[in-house]
Amino acid sequence: MTKQPILTADNVHLFYGEFEALHGISLSFFKNEITALIGPSGCGKSTFLRTLNRMNDLIPHVKITGTIKKEGQDIYAPSMDVTQLRKEVGMVFQQPNPFPFSIYDNVVYGLRLAGVRDKQVLDQAVETSLKQAAVWDDVKDKLHKSALALSGGQQQRVCIARVLAVHPDIILMDEPTSALDPISSSKVEDVLVELRQQYTIIIVTHNMQQASRISDRTAFFLQGDLIEYNQTKAIFLNPQQQATEDYLSGRFG
Amino acid sequence: MNDKIKAKLLKKSRAARTEQRGKFLSTTCIVLIIAIVIAIFGFIASHGLATFIVNKVNPLTFLFTSNWNPTVMHHGKPEVGALPMIIGSFGVTFLAVFLATPLAIGAAIFMTEISPKIGKKVLQPVIELLVGIPSVVYGFIGLTLIVPFIRHLFGGTGFGILAGTLVLFVMILPTETAMTVDALRAVPRHYREASLALGATRWQTIYKVVLRAATPGILTGVVLGMARAFGEALAVQMVIGNAALLPENLVSPASTLTSVLTMGIGNTVLGSAANNALWSLALLLLLISLLFNLVIRWIGRKGEIK
Repeated sequence: MTKQPILTADNVHLFYGEFEALHGISLSFFKNEITALIGPSGCGKSTFLRTLNRMNDLIPHVKITGTIKKEGQDIYAPSMDVTQLRKEVGMVFQQPNPFPFSIYDNVVYGLRLAGVRDKQVLDQAVETSLKQAAVWDDVKDKLHKSALALSGGQQQRVCIARVLAVHPDIILMDEPTSALDPISSSKVEDVLVELRQQYTIIIVTHNMQQASRISDRTAFFLQGDLIEYNQTKAIFLNPQQQATEDYLSGRFG
Repeated sequence: MNDKIKAKLLKKSRAARTEQRGKFLSTTCIVLIIAIVIAIFGFIASHGLATFIVNKVNPLTFLFTSNWNPTVMHHGKPEVGALPMIIGSFGVTFLAVFLATPLAIGAAIFMTEISPKIGKKVLQPVIELLVGIPSVVYGFIGLTLIVPFIRHLFGGTGFGILAGTLVLFVMILPTETAMTVDALRAVPRHYREASLALGATRWQTIYKVVLRAATPGILTGVVLGMARAFGEALAVQMVIGNAALLPENLVSPASTLTSVLTMGIGNTVLGSAANNALWSLALLLLLISLLFNLVIRWIGRKGEIK
């Protein structure tokens, strides 16, 4: 079965001023799959992830060449509405970063931006999203308490719920469990596996076990190059490149 | 040999002695400061309360009547209705803050969110300069520019609450702007990123997340501006007209607690009823300043917990 890619990067170069951080990355992501981006620190995997919802736009002196197409539409085209893109391509960050508001206000933030005022719709969205993010039972009695009072793992799941509430097609995750303890991490992982049925997930991770546990495909980055990209099983059991094998067997990184 | 070791063990080490000396020094400093503060409070209270204890003035009369004539004895009591000054002080303070706050927030947003480069290189030094200008200069500018301007526009003398408000507005604007800038800069970057990543525009991010997260800091700036406006004496005295009357409107001569104090304190004899009345004003001023301080601390604590 040949799948249609939902997101395709073609020969993406990225420069921080003079420094070239990505040397021509070409990569396709498929619907309802989890794709893991792995590699040592500073290899460009997070930078690449942030090109996919144009978060690098915020950093001065960044230049990007090449094309990234989402369902055939060039997201770097001048006519692209960046806010619309970011609603369709949600992002979860490394550090849990709920706003200093109540849990409820956090989850409905994106909906309120879109102009949703109907209390019933908002209430429903809060319940659905928090349930999807497997944090509803933890917080259902304190929806109007500050989200900052939650544990790190709960905060991260509230952040996931906040993204889910705006119904993106793709969710980008930048090491979402690296600031969490193992139990919280495994809960977040369970959430991701559940979410795969409805969403396309691209996750940057330092944790190779995590990549092998949850992802369908894995891309290995090294010093701004994409070294190898394949089905996760194939990458872990039978890597084609020496560098991939060295990294996966812990010889560096 | 044994004794030597024993002596060494029993003697305090050099580090321990240095530690002790440092502790003693810093304790002395803090005790001294506390003593000074208590002495000031005690002195002002002892003189300020004399109006009510020695001269038998009812505190309610002091707070809520408007005849201020402390040198004249009326039925054996001085006439010390401080209401005109209380209204004058609060009037100029609130009006000045009312004008300055929106401007300060707007300027701070420009400096931190819209153009941090110009903000840091140009506006920051300008604001620091404005904070450092002595109040007499502000007062003088008010006297030579603002008062004639108001006289021209509204008639009358030009002296009054409006002139005082405008001078104070210019004086507290830099303070408030600086505090608001600090508050906005202290909003973590990840709040902005989270908001933008959810599809918010830059403006939505500013007013829905950044301003909301910075509210305690902004409020602290507002209260600090109020405290400064309330306590400012010289510049206000130069433009307010110094008539201890209930102000009829914003352009009729009025007075504040501070302006009456600076005008009168040199012309009275310590211990006299007129002098005691001024100390009562000073006591009131001190208590209100204390209140402003408590409000700032309360806001700060509330902002921390979240």
